[in-house]
Amino acid sequence: MHLPISDKIELNILHQNSHQAEKNKVKFNNYNLLCLNIMSSPGAGKTRLLEITLEDLSKKFHSAVLEGDMTTNLDAARLEKLNIPVVPITTGRACHLDANMVSGGLKLLEKKINPDSLDILLVENVGNLVCPAEFEIGEHFKVALLSITEGEDKPLKYPIMFREADLILITKVDLLPHLNFDINELKSNIASTNHKADVIEISSVTKSGFDLWQDWISKKILKFKNI
Amino acid sequence: MHEVDMTKCLILSVEEWAEKKNKKKIVVEKINLKIGEFTCVEPISLINTFNAAVLGSWLDSSEITIETIPFEGKCSKCNRLYFPKKENGYKSPCCNFNLEEIISGRELKIASIDFKEN
Repeated sequence: MHLPISDKIELNILHQNSHQAEKNKVKFNNYNLLCLNIMSSPGAGKTRLLEITLEDLSKKFHSAVLEGDMTTNLDAARLEKLNIPVVPITTGRACHLDANMVSGGLKLLEKKINPDSLDILLVENVGNLVCPAEFEIGEHFKVALLSITEGEDKPLKYPIMFREADLILITKVDLLPHLNFDINELKSNIASTNHKADVIEISSVTKSGFDLWQDWISKKILKFKNI
Repeated sequence: MHEVDMTKCLILSVEEWAEKKNKKKIVVEKINLKIGEFTCVEPISLINTFNAAVLGSWLDSSEITIETIPFEGKCSKCNRLYFPKKENGYKSPCCNFNLEEIISGRELKIASIDFKEN
């Protein structure tokens, strides 16, 4: 046995995931398909947001969903009612989607529909404010939801999630009159961790803010497709 | 428990590295990591997960070392470096500016691997 050797490699721990995420992104680009990674804590309203969004969005753009869930297909079943291609990804014990799971989901989607015919792929991640933030899936943009019932301090407690987001949707704002909640403090805490993100207040009950959200998506699709 | 999936990625990367070196002739002693303070990783959890994952494998005798990299930001107003604190909303203490530029703390790196050749 020889003396120990130290090999400097300076490699990202998540290199394997990042490598697969890059491959996913190349595929999305080849299909001319914009991919959004939708993330939040459980119960912030991701699935309801998609239900409402897709009702309108599907009239203008061809859409599909990869639906991440830990143990059930309940969310996927809700979205399938909209008559769009939905692929459930059950993660089992994993509390986030990773690039391999999304690659598998994309292969299943390819069996349902030719992705060349799609404009946008919405990936609903597993409800969690910690793990999904570090695992790229090949998305073009990250969208984080934060419901006002979670408290003003969440951007400070889970800074990576909100730092990484391109758009932050403040959900359930119809509840504002009923809660002791300071939305300006929340916005200030968001700006503390992420000064670049777009922020939209939204309600799935009154539908307020959906015009801004739909407009944000439409602009991203059109810019991505160079239209 | 994302440390489980991080450990999987880490082991795959070490295996990929070892294959290039002739894995059968290598004994890995230490895998030296650099983990930033502004990441979602709990170092102790990563070490415990790694130790459990490699039991009985070719990496059984190897150990993880972790160098913690401090979370450091740069004030966008006066360019001073500072250590952002959650209690202060990550703002710069000099100008009370929001955190914009991160200098360090986002590292998730395998810095080096110490090994012996048979």
